Amino acid sequence: MLRFLVRRLLQAIPTLFILSILVFAWLRSLPGGPAAALLGDKATPEKIANLNHVLGLDQPIFVQYFGFLGRALTGDFGNSLVSTQPVMGEIVTFLPATIELGMTAMIIAIVIGIPAGYLSARYRGGPVDNVVIVLSLIGVAVPVFFLGYMMQDILAAPLGLPSQGRQAAGLDATAITNFAILDGIMTSEWDAVWDAIKHLILPACALATIPLAVITRITRASVLDVLNEDFIRTANSKGLTQQVVRTRHVLRNGLLPVVTTIGLQTGALLGGAVLTERVFNFRGLGFLLAEGIERRDYPRLQALLLFGAVVYVLVNMLVDISYGIIDPRVRVR
Amino acid sequence: MNTLLNKKKEPIDKLAAASGRSLGGEAIRRMLRSPVAITGGIITGLFLIVAIFAPLLEPKDPDVHYLGDQIRPNFIPGAQSGFPLGVDDFGRDFLSRLIAGAQQTLIVGVLATIVGVLIGVIIGGLAGAFGGWVDTVLMRLVDVMLSFPSLLLAISIAALFAQPSQWTVILAVSMIGVPIFARLLRGSMLSQRDADHVLAARSLGVKRGAIVFRHMLPNSLGPVIVQATLTLATSILEAAALSFLGLGDPDPSRAEWGLMLGKASHQFLDVRPELAYYPAIAIIIVALGFTLVGESLREALDPKNRR
Repeated sequence: MLRFLVRRLLQAIPTLFILSILVFAWLRSLPGGPAAALLGDKATPEKIANLNHVLGLDQPIFVQYFGFLGRALTGDFGNSLVSTQPVMGEIVTFLPATIELGMTAMIIAIVIGIPAGYLSARYRGGPVDNVVIVLSLIGVAVPVFFLGYMMQDILAAPLGLPSQGRQAAGLDATAITNFAILDGIMTSEWDAVWDAIKHLILPACALATIPLAVITRITRASVLDVLNEDFIRTANSKGLTQQVVRTRHVLRNGLLPVVTTIGLQTGALLGGAVLTERVFNFRGLGFLLAEGIERRDYPRLQALLLFGAVVYVLVNMLVDISYGIIDPRVRVR
Repeated sequence: MNTLLNKKKEPIDKLAAASGRSLGGEAIRRMLRSPVAITGGIITGLFLIVAIFAPLLEPKDPDVHYLGDQIRPNFIPGAQSGFPLGVDDFGRDFLSRLIAGAQQTLIVGVLATIVGVLIGVIIGGLAGAFGGWVDTVLMRLVDVMLSFPSLLLAISIAALFAQPSQWTVILAVSMIGVPIFARLLRGSMLSQRDADHVLAARSLGVKRGAIVFRHMLPNSLGPVIVQATLTLATSILEAAALSFLGLGDPDPSRAEWGLMLGKASHQFLDVRPELAYYPAIAIIIVALGFTLVGESLREALDPKNRR
C-alpha cells in the first residue's frame, strides 16, 4: 500500500512540472509579449522596456522560468490588473465560495445520480430506465449558463430564493474563514447560515447538472456490467438474499468506476463554476476568472489556470489513491 | 487467459457466421430498429439539411436591418407579421438569423471536431505505432492536456489571441478533443499490435507503414467516429460557453447560435428573453441529436450487444 501511495505521488510530479512550463510559456506567447499584455491599454514602448527589465524579461529564458517557478511555489503570481491586489490573496479570499458551491453541487450530483443510475440499471428497459436515460442525455445538452438564467427567471421568485450573490444585502454576518455556512455555525448566526444555504441552492443545482448526468450514466453502465458477472450468478445461486447480493456484490463493485468519474467531474465543476458564478454573481474563483477574461487580466488568468489545473491533478491523484484503498487489485498494476 | 478469450469469442464468431452479417451491417440494422438512433438521426438529418441549404431557406436577408428605426435602448419589437420570431437588436429577422446560424454552428462544430480528431489521431497514432520513448513523451503531453479542466483549456487558448475570431474559437474548442482522441487511438493501436491480423500481416512481410495505415488505423476508427459524434455536440456547447465569456467572434454580422445565445443572455434577457430562448433551444436540440446518434452508434458497434 505504501509503495502504491509513493508511486502515485511521484507520478504527479512530472505532470505538474510540465504543467508549470506550459503555463509559463502561455504568458510569454501572448500577443506583443507579456509586458504589453500586463500593461494593457497603458502600454508605451518605454513602459514596456522598463517593465521587461523589472520583471526580468530581458534575462535568459531558463533564468526566467526558474524565477517563475520559485515565485509560484511561494504563491507569488504578481498583482491583478483589475484590483491591483496580489493575485494569490484574491484566490485565498474567493476560494471558499467556490469550494462551498462545488461541494454542494457534487453532493447533489452524487446523492441523486447514484440511486438514479442504480435503479435505472436494475429496471433496465422499464419506464424508470427510459426516463433516467432521456433526462441524463438532455442534462449534458443544456448550456450551463443558459440553465442558470432560466432558474433565475423561472424558479427564483416562486421558491423565494435569491438569484444573485452569496449574501443578502444588509445581513451583517461575521466572516472568519469566508466559508459562509461554516462561519455562521461558528458564530451561531443561524440567520446567516440559512441565508448562505438559500444563496447556494440555485447556482449549485445549475452547476450539478452535468456531473449529475455523467454520474448517473456511469453508475447505470457499471451496475449493468456487474450484474452480468459470474460472481453475481454464484452469489444468487448459493442462496444469498437479494439484499446481500445487491449491497455487498453489485453496489460495491459497481461503484468503483463511479469513484473515478467523480474525480474527473471536478474538472467539469471547475469549468462550470466559471459560467454559473458569472450568471449568479456568486463571488468565487469562477467569477474572478470570468472577470479576468473580460478585462484581459493576464496575471490573474495565469494564476487561476495553473491553480485550476493543479487542483484537478491533485483531486484525481486522491481519487486514484482512494481507488487503491477500495480495490486492492489496483495497487499491483 | 488465452483460453478464456477464445471462449468468449467463440459464440460471437458463431453468431456472426450464422447471421452472415459483418459487424458494420449488424450495427446499421440494429440502429434502424432503435428509437433512440432514429430520433437522433432525424434531428441531425434535419439540422444538416437546414444548415446546408440555409441561404435557400431564409425567408429574409439575415443581414438587413429591417425594423432598425423601432429599436430603443430598452425596447426590441417582438414577433409580428413578416417576422414570426421577431427581430434582434439590429432589427434583423430572427428566424432568418437562426437558419443562417445553423450553418455557422455546423461549421464551428465540424471544424473544431475535425481539427481535434486530426491532431489527436496523429499524436495517438504515432504513440501507438512506435511505442517506446515516443509513446512516453507524447502521452505525458496528453496527460498534461487532460489535467486542464476542459473549459479552462479552451479559455487558455482563446485568451491568447488579442483579437478573438471564429478561428480562435474553433482552435480553442478543438483542443478539448485532442487528448481524448489521442488516448483513444493509442489504446486501440496498442491492443492491436499483438493481434492476430497484425501478426499475420507482419509474418507475410507487409511493411510497417502499410500495417499501420491499412490494418491498424481502419480497425481503430469505430471508436473514433463514435467519439467524434459526441465531440460535435460538446464542441457546439463549449463554443457557446466561450461566446458567453466574451471570447467569441466579435463580428456582429456573424450569426452563430452560441454567439446569439451568449449575447442575448448578457444583454436582452430583461428586454426580450426570446432572443436567448430560441438559440438555446436550437443548441439543446442539436446537441441532443448528435449525442443520441453517438450513443446509439457506440451501442450498436459494441460487439457485446450482438444478438
